[in-house]
Amino acid sequence: MKPLILAASLALAGVAHAQSDPKPVNDPFEGYNRAMFKFNEGLDAALLTPLAKGYQAVVPELARTGVSNVFGNFGDVWSALNQLLQAKGQASATMTFRVLTNTLFGIGGLFDVASDLGMERQSEDFGQTLGRWGAPPGPYVVWPLLGPSTLRDTIARPLDLTWSPTILTNDRATQYSLTALQLIDTRASLLGASRVVEGIALDKYSFIRDAYLARRRNQVYDGDPPEEPDDKPPPAR
Amino acid sequence: MSLKSVFASLMFIAAAAAQAQGAPVAPDALIRQVSTEVIDTVKSDKAIQAGDLSRIIALVDAKVMPHVNFQRMTASAVGRNWRSATPEQQKKLQDEFKTLLVRTYAGALTQVKDQTVQLKPLRAGADDPEVVVRTEIKGRGEPIQLDYRLEKVGAGWKIYDVNVLGVWLVEQYKNQFAQDIGTIGIDGLIGKLAERNRTASKS
Repeated sequence: MKPLILAASLALAGVAHAQSDPKPVNDPFEGYNRAMFKFNEGLDAALLTPLAKGYQAVVPELARTGVSNVFGNFGDVWSALNQLLQAKGQASATMTFRVLTNTLFGIGGLFDVASDLGMERQSEDFGQTLGRWGAPPGPYVVWPLLGPSTLRDTIARPLDLTWSPTILTNDRATQYSLTALQLIDTRASLLGASRVVEGIALDKYSFIRDAYLARRRNQVYDGDPPEEPDDKPPPAR
Repeated sequence: MSLKSVFASLMFIAAAAAQAQGAPVAPDALIRQVSTEVIDTVKSDKAIQAGDLSRIIALVDAKVMPHVNFQRMTASAVGRNWRSATPEQQKKLQDEFKTLLVRTYAGALTQVKDQTVQLKPLRAGADDPEVVVRTEIKGRGEPIQLDYRLEKVGAGWKIYDVNVLGVWLVEQYKNQFAQDIGTIGIDGLIGKLAERNRTASKS
């Protein structure tokens, strides 16, 4: 009896002190993803980053903030709709008030007065809505130009993309300009973050992948994800 | 001296001693104090606002790092390979990881312009030895989530993990380290970290 108890307690002690392995990652397309990531990085270095830096250097901060705010205001409408779909009544109401306040008192969204009044932005997209409805993220996928995604977010994205400021105009040239401006505005706002990632990532691909997946999960659960993973990824190779 | 006054002086000394030792500080109070101190310094220091990274690093080193349990962070991030590492390797890993984390935190602080820290209500029992303190950096746009995992150490608390925007740092680095240890071993990982820290400090 005694040796059994001894063995059992030793085993338990081993379990208690065991350092846990990293969680298996759902990335069955890693070969393709790495290649696409490399392509995107090249495109980013050659085109997007210089454009974003130039945008930052040439356009005064007030104007850039205005541009960000207008796009943000537009996006807030989509967030409010998605919050409604997720039965988040309070959040949806807050976001609706944000849009109204910023559009009316912020001159069409140029000024983010709603934030100053304490109405905080909580961004939602259709991918998060699907997640809230119970859809697991699925495998990690990297798309050209669009960047990191999951199977679920990929399915949701076309719907997210329909809601864009380009619906406000029929003129093709204006539509292209708006899309380009939104792209550059987003990239410029992420220049600081990408500098930080450069300095701290050992392997940029897996760093961004893991951070993206963790962040998406966090977003679906609004900053309060449960301890256990919500879907079991396939066992590691 | 009467017995009464001796007793009174003894009580006074005892009380003073207890005061000097300090009442146990709550984990969320600690985070609030450190965060506010750091952010206030970042906002008011002209050199830091101008982008002086070495100054921020010095600030983080002085104000934040004393409250962090690096050994636990490094051991957790390295995982099961920690036990197969020599004490010298462990020390080197810890030092390089610490430099990396200080740079990470300092880099994030360079983005601070007019933000404030707000603590969320603490969800922990009075006797929990490990707690999660949740804060938000509020400013322009969406608030930035910043959470800390703390463990009780004596009468105080030490941070052993940090979460930014939903990403727990130790978890993040587990994959990064596991990948490298598998291919280039622990010494290779130490070399890679040292290289990363060296090149980043030059840029």
